[in-house]
Amino acid sequence: MLHLDPKDKEKLIDPLFTTGPTFWSVIAILLAVIGWGVYMYVRQLIFGLGETGMQRPAYWGVYMVNFIFFIGISHAGTLISAILRVTGAEWRRPITRVAEAITAFALIVGTLQIIYDLGRPDRFLYLFTFGRMQSPLLWDAMSVTAYFLGSVTYLYMPMIPDMAILRDHCPESAPRWRKKLYTVLALGWRGNKTQWKRLEKAIAVLAVLIIPIAVSVHTIISWILATTVQPGWHSTIFGPYFVVGAIFSGIGALFIAMTIVRKVMGLEEYYRLKSYRNLGLLFIAMTAIWFYFTGAEYLTLAAGQQTAEFPVFASKLWGEFAPGFWLMVVLMAIAFWVQVVPQILPKKAENSFLFKPGLAWSSGVAAVAVFLVMNFSRNQPLAAALSQPNIRLIGWIIAAVLFVVGGLGFSMWLKTRQVTAIVIASVAVVIGMWLERWNIVAPTLTHPRLIGFWFYHPTWTEGALTAASFALFILLFMVFFKLFPAISIWEIAEGRAIEAAEAQVEVALPEPTGVPQAAHEGFRK
Amino acid sequence: MTRWAMVIDLDKCVACQGCSIACRFENNTPPVKPSEALKGRAIRWNDVFPFPTNPLEADAGEYPETKQRYIPRPCMHCENPPCIKVCPVQATFKNEEGIVQQNYARCIGCRFCTVACPYGVRYFNWQEPEWEGTLNEHLNPDRIEGPGDLEGPAVRPKGVVEKCTFCIQRLQKAVARAEAEERDFDPVDYQPACVQTCTGKARYFGDLDDPESTVSLFEKSPRAFRLLEEVGTHPKVIYLREG
Ligand code: SF4
Ligand code: SF4
Repeated sequence: MLHLDPKDKEKLIDPLFTTGPTFWSVIAILLAVIGWGVYMYVRQLIFGLGETGMQRPAYWGVYMVNFIFFIGISHAGTLISAILRVTGAEWRRPITRVAEAITAFALIVGTLQIIYDLGRPDRFLYLFTFGRMQSPLLWDAMSVTAYFLGSVTYLYMPMIPDMAILRDHCPESAPRWRKKLYTVLALGWRGNKTQWKRLEKAIAVLAVLIIPIAVSVHTIISWILATTVQPGWHSTIFGPYFVVGAIFSGIGALFIAMTIVRKVMGLEEYYRLKSYRNLGLLFIAMTAIWFYFTGAEYLTLAAGQQTAEFPVFASKLWGEFAPGFWLMVVLMAIAFWVQVVPQILPKKAENSFLFKPGLAWSSGVAAVAVFLVMNFSRNQPLAAALSQPNIRLIGWIIAAVLFVVGGLGFSMWLKTRQVTAIVIASVAVVIGMWLERWNIVAPTLTHPRLIGFWFYHPTWTEGALTAASFALFILLFMVFFKLFPAISIWEIAEGRAIEAAEAQVEVALPEPTGVPQAAHEGFRK
Repeated sequence: MTRWAMVIDLDKCVACQGCSIACRFENNTPPVKPSEALKGRAIRWNDVFPFPTNPLEADAGEYPETKQRYIPRPCMHCENPPCIKVCPVQATFKNEEGIVQQNYARCIGCRFCTVACPYGVRYFNWQEPEWEGTLNEHLNPDRIEGPGDLEGPAVRPKGVVEKCTFCIQRLQKAVARAEAEERDFDPVDYQPACVQTCTGKARYFGDLDDPESTVSLFEKSPRAFRLLEEVGTHPKVIYLREG
């Protein structure tokens, strides 16, 4: 019988064996969405990919965007949790399990996107039987497979001691198959010294191995685009740009998942502010790096003004893709703002008029109003006036200033709510990163060299399959955490032991240098 | 060695689109409904369109002071084709005579090649192909088939990519005829349908490795140019500039 802290039992084990009606209703909703997706997919199989909005030249669309997005999300997990393990970051303990689960499920859902996208999904296995090494798609198939196998192992290995705990502490009322499941998964774990030693070693080796695989996965995805000669894709920066984006969106997804688990299961004591704060620092750094890469990429396109590339660039900045592009930029700016500004504002600022909630609300509403008038005004003379470039520019500046003023007031409110701020940032980043992938894939495809420019409108088929993919992702997550504890119990216990030990140790402070000692020794100053 | 190539003299092209029609009937390219064509799903192995397509490059001017150019565009059968490099299953490949082939029985429909080809000459079957009425009875019966291999004009299933093959079935037939008649194969016997049909006699076809062939002579013309030379694909379709 393995030892289990009674608090851990109550918080982490007991909920696994009690299921409330909310759980089942959420599952039912998710299944309904998935059912809709299955229906639409069967239609797509029968009638062909013509059911989607794709055409010539937009040969790829939302499926490809989703693919890049989900594989990006998958970097949450293993990569982050591996880096944190390798660097011995203590605050990682409560978050590794969630991070690793995200990886495994995002990879499953991401790979599904490729299958939706194939004209002949029945020939999917040709990738392995007739694979051609020169194709980046094959590199991708290999690296994703390796990453998937690696991350599933990496998710499973640290779970073994927990499985043994569950096996020993499975309540009598639990269904028999569950006990059996835990027994099998525990692989006869007894928790003796040799077993611990081997496990620790295996985890350490895998954590190191998985980092290069994870980096290769998103680099190769970027190469799918960058190895073509298409305008806007053929860029050397894409490898690191995609990896950064992937880790960035991965952290966002991790924060969201972590917070949901924390709230729903009431695990506030486990997910301490420290984990949020430290991972938050990494998040802020990623935001800055993302802005740097994006700026570098677009500046060179803008300055080069090449005939084929410039239309792609123009379509994003002021053409038909501009709404999506600027929404992405604003979301990222918000993500940066809500994390940084509340922290650097002094407490005293509260008294300044700039930070009063009233002003914040009114300027926020005014910003939205200016934005709406500028873009959706039906009033003839007004619309005519607004179509002049100078007036438009002034309008945009006013909207931006109002927006910033609104943000200032809001920051004061966020100052004491760090978790809320991080969740806002995460949601913004996850949506922003989806848009980023959209802004990379769609504009280039619709602005080819020798085909007239076009636009791509996704249809309900793509919408349904996207919704179903997200539903499947959440469903896998929920079922998984109904079967297995959301936090690695033994790692937490180990962390506690380390903390307790640290509290015992008297840290040898450097002896006070100074005169008394010297005087005692007979020295004189 | 042989390297099949085509020359298109833009001075003689009258943009009648006869080549497009000839290609459609020779290669059974499936027609699509007008509503689908409007969505950009028409399949035209041999397209004739105003050039350039990029509005930033167009210097057409205001009516009536306009300059309009048209360009007929088959597959370029590039010497260095980006399309075959990206195909994960070798459904498209260059044969030893320089023709870029497409195997419908192998293609998994990932559309990577359509995305990689800078000329936009590759088409995807978004639906099951259909022919109306009697058209159905007059499909070209030629097909190139083998185990795991389906090429040429054979009717394509939905979900695969297709493109101009330089009428590779005509090459096979010409070789077979020469064999049956117990004589050497003469390159003159092989001509794609578009070349044969061209109203303005603007197209020439032949072996680029034979220095005496028409295409070789035209290749040296100062009027000769290739499409998008800057992307490094080295097309084997050579255009002769207007004027
Ligand atoms: S024109 Fe396009 S399809 Fe034809 S060989 Fe070149 S890259 Fe391939
Ligand atoms: S669509 Fe077919 S021919 Fe094109 S790259 Fe994919 S498998 Fe190869």
